[in-house]
Amino acid sequence: MAIGLHDSPFKNPVIRWIDQRLPVFTMMQKEYGTFPTPRNFNYFWNFGALAMINLLIMIATGIFLAMHYTPHTAYAFDSVERIMRDVNYGWLIRYVHMNGASMFFIVVYIHIWRGLYYGSYKAPRELLSMLGVDIFLLMMATAFMGYVLPWGQMSFWGATVITNLFSAIPLVGQDIVIWLWGGFSVDNPTLNRFFSLHYLLPFVIVGVVFLHVAALHITGSNNPLGIEPKGPQDTLPFHPYYTIKDSVGMVAYFAVFGFLVFFMPNYLGHPDNYIPANPLSTPAHIVPEWYFLPFYAILRAVPDKLGGVVLMFGSIAILFVLPWLDTSKVRSMRFRPIARIFLLLWTINFFVLMWVGAKPAEGHYVQIAQIATVIYFAYFLVVLPALGRLEKPLPLPESIARAVLGPNATLGGGPVPGAAAAKPMDKA
Amino acid sequence: MPTRKEGDSPCGGDIEVIAMAEMVTAQGASQGAGAPEVTKRDFLKLTTTAFAAVGVGAIVWPFIASMNPARDVLALASTELDLSPIAVGQSVTVMWRGKPVFVRHRTPEQIAAARAVPLSELKDPATDESRAPRPEWLVMIGVCTHLGCVPLGQKPTDPAGDYNGWFCPCHGSHYDTSGRIRRGPAPTNLEIPPYTFTSPTQIRIG
Amino acid sequence: MRVIRSLALAASLFSAGPALAAGSAPTPPDAGFGFAGLFGTFDRGALQRGFQVYKEVCAACHAMRQLSYRNLLEIGLSEAQVREIAAQFQVTDGPNDEGQMFERPARLSDRFRRPFPNEQAARAANNGAYPPDLSVIVKARPHGANYLFALLTGYVDPPPGVEVMEGMHYNAWFPGHQIAMPNVLNPDGVEYADGTPATVEQQARDVTTFLAWAAEPELEQRRRMGVQVLIFLAILGGLVYATKRKVWADVKH
Repeated sequence: MAIGLHDSPFKNPVIRWIDQRLPVFTMMQKEYGTFPTPRNFNYFWNFGALAMINLLIMIATGIFLAMHYTPHTAYAFDSVERIMRDVNYGWLIRYVHMNGASMFFIVVYIHIWRGLYYGSYKAPRELLSMLGVDIFLLMMATAFMGYVLPWGQMSFWGATVITNLFSAIPLVGQDIVIWLWGGFSVDNPTLNRFFSLHYLLPFVIVGVVFLHVAALHITGSNNPLGIEPKGPQDTLPFHPYYTIKDSVGMVAYFAVFGFLVFFMPNYLGHPDNYIPANPLSTPAHIVPEWYFLPFYAILRAVPDKLGGVVLMFGSIAILFVLPWLDTSKVRSMRFRPIARIFLLLWTINFFVLMWVGAKPAEGHYVQIAQIATVIYFAYFLVVLPALGRLEKPLPLPESIARAVLGPNATLGGGPVPGAAAAKPMDKA
Repeated sequence: MPTRKEGDSPCGGDIEVIAMAEMVTAQGASQGAGAPEVTKRDFLKLTTTAFAAVGVGAIVWPFIASMNPARDVLALASTELDLSPIAVGQSVTVMWRGKPVFVRHRTPEQIAAARAVPLSELKDPATDESRAPRPEWLVMIGVCTHLGCVPLGQKPTDPAGDYNGWFCPCHGSHYDTSGRIRRGPAPTNLEIPPYTFTSPTQIRIG
Repeated sequence: MRVIRSLALAASLFSAGPALAAGSAPTPPDAGFGFAGLFGTFDRGALQRGFQVYKEVCAACHAMRQLSYRNLLEIGLSEAQVREIAAQFQVTDGPNDEGQMFERPARLSDRFRRPFPNEQAARAANNGAYPPDLSVIVKARPHGANYLFALLTGYVDPPPGVEVMEGMHYNAWFPGHQIAMPNVLNPDGVEYADGTPATVEQQARDVTTFLAWAAEPELEQRRRMGVQVLIFLAILGGLVYATKRKVWADVKH
C-alpha cells in the first residue's frame, strides 16, 4: 500500500477531506454499500443484523440503567424498584433491558440454528463460526451476571449454584470459588464485581462482533444453497437490497419485542426474583433463565458433579470443533435429505432439554434429561461424522443464478466471458 | 424460491448471461434513471425513511428524560417546616434540594437594624421588606454567593461578622441581619428561596 | 414459507415460558380482574377501597416499603386527602442538632411506615413467621393477583384427617396448606366510605387490586404506550415492506 492520501471517490468536500485521510467512508461503502452479497438470502439471514441491533439496544439501556442502579446488597433491590417507579421511563428502560436479554438469545439461537442448517460453519468459514461461539459464551456470562444484579431470590441462588460449579474442579476448586466470591459466600463483593464485569463484557462482545463481521467480509456470506457465488450474476450489492430486507425483519422483531415489553414484561422471568435475596432461605426449586435451561438440564443429567460440569461446558465447546466433525462436503441441508432429518430431531431434542431443565431433578425427568443429553452429543460426535461418508447428497445447482432464475431462462446480451465457467456438481 | 431438480444441468450456450443483464437493470434503477416507476419508489423510500426517523426520535426521548430528576427527587423538591418551636432569636437550618436553608426568628432589634440601613450603603441594594415579607421570619439559602461555602452565624456561639448577621469563614464575607452582603468578596446578598406560609406557623419551601 | 418456519421456531421458544412457573401448586381460578386483560385498567374505586383494607387490616403486620404516601395521588385521592392520611403516621427523622432521632408526622415524600423496624422484630412479633413486604407481592407469586385473591378467600376448614399445626391455619391455596397468617378479613371488618358492602370477597378483591397496582403502577401507561408502539410499527412495517418490494421488483430472487 502506498503512503499518502487515499484516493477518495466521494464528491462532498467534508466527506472527501476526511476520507482522504482516514478512508472510513470508502470502507463503509465497500463493506456495507457495494459489498457483493448472495442474491438468494432468505429471512433467516436477517438474524445476524438483528443480533447486532439487539446488542446495541442492550448497551444503550444498560448504560442508562447503570446511572440509577446501586451495586450494593442493601440497596440493589430497592434501587431497581426505584428505577421501576420513580425514574422517568425507568420501567420502560428496565423492561427493554430485561426482555432484551431474552430477545437476544432468541435471535442468536435462530442465528446459530441457521448456521447449523445451511452449513455456514464449514470451510472456509470455520474461524467465523468459532468467533460466533465466543460471542455466545460471552453473552451467557454477561446474561448470568446481569441476572444477579437485581438481587432477588433467583439472583442470589442462581449465583450461588453457578459459582459453586467451579468447586467441582479437583484440588483448587474451593479456592477458585472463594476467589470468585471475594468472600465465603455470594455477598456484597460478589455483587460488586459482577456489576463491574457485566458492564465490561458487552464491550468485549462488541470487539468480537467486529472480528466476526471482519471475518465474514473476508469469506463472504454463506447462502441457502450453500454454494459459493461464482460471479456478479450470483450477488447483489448489500445496499439497498439487504439493508431494506433486514429492515423488514427488524420491524417484525421490534413488534415481537414490543409486545413482550408492553404487554407481558414478566412472562419470561421468574416471580421469585421479585422477592429480595435471602441467604437463609432457598426457593423451592431453583431454575435459571429460560435460555440456560438446555444446558442446565445437561448439567443435572450427570450424577457426578465434575462430570456434569464438564458435559455442560462441553455441550458448547463442541461447537468449536463442529467444522471438523461434520465431514460432508455439502453445506446446505437442502441437499442433505438424511442429515436434515437428524438436525430436526436434534432441534426437537434441544426443546426437550429446555423443558426438562425447568423440571425438578427427580424421577423420570432425570432419565429424560440423560437420554436427551446423549442425543445432543450423538448428533455432533456420531451422526455428523458418519453421515458425511454415508449420505448421498442431492445434486447441487451449478450456480446461484441458475438456481434462482430457472434452467431455461434466457436473456439477450451475448455471453459474458468467465460467467460460463461453472461446472455442474462443483465441489461446493 | 425454485429449488433445482436432478438433471437440470444447462444445455449448451444459455448460461449465466441472464443474471448479469438483470443486475444491470437493478443497478440502473437504483441510481434513479427517470422512469415514473423510480419516482414512485423514491417517494416511498422518503416516506419510509421519515417514518423510521420519527421512530428513532421517539426512542431517544425516554433515555433523555430518564436523566431528568426522578419522581422521588421531585417529591423532595419542597420542604415543609413547622415554625412553632423556633423561639425568638433562634435559628434553624433545614436541607432543601441538597442545600442548607437558614430560617431565623428575628428579634425586634435585628429587624430594626436591618430596616435602618439606607440602600445607598449596600453593595447589592435590596430592602429588608422585600427580603422578609413577614419581618420576624427570615428564610434564605445558606450558601455564600462568593464561592459556595456555608456562612457561620446560625448558632449563638458562631462568629456573626461585623454586621451581626452571618460571616463566611472561607474568604471573609460579612452579611447583615437581613442576609445582605456588607463587606468581603461576595457579589450579591444571600439568596431567598421561593416559599409560602401554608399556615401562620408553617412554611413550605420550594 | 420460510418466514412461517422461523416464526414457528420463535413461537416454540416462547412456549418454554410457562414451564418455568410450573410447580406442584394447583392453578388458582381466574378471578376476573378488570386489569387482567391485555388492555385492562385499574378501577379507581377498588384501588381506594383496597388501600383502606391494607391500611386498616394488612398494615398491622405487612410493610410496603417501596411505596410513598405521594403515590396515593395516583389512585385518585386528592392532595389534601393524602396529606391527611400521611399525617396519621409518625415516622422517624433525624438526627436533629442534638444528634437525636425524633418522630414527626409523615409527609407526602415519606415512605409508607413499616410496622416493624426489621425482619427480626417482625418474626419475634409473629411466632417466628415473617409477614412479607407487599410492595411487589403480585409480581412475586406465580399467578399473581388470582393467587392472592384465592388465598385471601381460601380459609376453609381442614379436610378430615389433616392436622393443622400449632399457630398455623388451613388455607386451600397456600402451598402446603398451612399458613401462619390467620384469616384477617371479616364481613364488615372495614367500613367503606363509598357505601360498598364490605363482604370478605369484596375486601379481598379490593385489596388485591390495590396490591396489583402497587406492584405495577406503570401498567396503564405501559399498555397505552404499547398500543401506540404497535400501531406505529404496523404502519412502518407496511411502508418498509412496500419499499422492499419496490427495491426488489426488478431482481428475480
